[in-house]
Amino acid sequence: MDNTAFKYLGAGVAMIGALGGGIGLGLIFSAWISALARNPAGENGYRTVGLIGAAFAEFVFLGCLVIAFLLMFSK
Amino acid sequence: MASSLLEEFDIHHMSKPLFTIGGHTIAITNSTVFMFLAIVAATLFMTLAMRRRALVPGRWQMTAEAFYNVAADMVKTAAGPKSMPFFPFIFTIFIFILFCNLFGMFPMSLAVTAHIIINFAIAILLFTVILITGFVRHGLHFFSLFVPPGAPKIMLPFLVVIELLSFLVRPFSLSIRLFANMLAGHILLQVFAGMTVSLLAAGWLAGLSILPLVANIAITAFEFFVAFLQAYIYAILSSVYLRDALEMH
Repeated sequence: MDNTAFKYLGAGVAMIGALGGGIGLGLIFSAWISALARNPAGENGYRTVGLIGAAFAEFVFLGCLVIAFLLMFSK
Repeated sequence: MASSLLEEFDIHHMSKPLFTIGGHTIAITNSTVFMFLAIVAATLFMTLAMRRRALVPGRWQMTAEAFYNVAADMVKTAAGPKSMPFFPFIFTIFIFILFCNLFGMFPMSLAVTAHIIINFAIAILLFTVILITGFVRHGLHFFSLFVPPGAPKIMLPFLVVIELLSFLVRPFSLSIRLFANMLAGHILLQVFAGMTVSLLAAGWLAGLSILPLVANIAITAFEFFVAFLQAYIYAILSSVYLRDALEMH
């Protein structure tokens, strides 16, 4: 195998970390739905905290994506 | 095929080189043109829509007031009640990133925010403002930001290092989040478009090419949503980081 094959293989392995981002987002939205179901009046506060939390959890996934892109698109 | 996916983000000169700073030639690039377009569109929209200043707003004025209200509510809740002097700054960041993201969705345009240096410049500017505000308001007491309240004294050196690192990573996380979202979205659109064209050129499979096209339409709708969401998240996180400087904990 030459360099190119290892690069693409590494990009694929790097995306395994996206699992953490997916699970984190699922946890955030499940908590958000439970909170909305218990108290629909607090929706604005829930939306603020939920979106900030989703941004942080998505950041883990995006970090993996950046590593994969760096591997795929480097010479 | 992989290297040609990045061609839509290439920066090229659109004018003659103007001058040279430290060995780098400065010219008007396509990035400059699209940033200028975003600023002009935002300014024209806000000023023209508010020209009538009616007490009962018409449709245009309602839209402009909606932008203002979304940003003002966000800054008031996320950055605390003492933060309204910083509202023009946060509002500018929000509108600039929003319009740059939206202009990037046009077919032959350049997504300005898909270059990390632009997002990083905005993040560094934001953190310069935050640090200067923190030091002017609190003096050297600003460093108590890195000591979480109610922490056991034994773990203090460890905790301060971790808090310092998490503070220093904030501009990077802000810029990388926006950059990676925009880059990934545009590359996804290109990949599905490439699939559509390949299937169309394959003769008997041409009927299947409707599937990546439908996926592309769905992804385009999602990308418009992500454009709004990422601008909102950038602005709300900027407000949260600003609150850390204004009121310690």
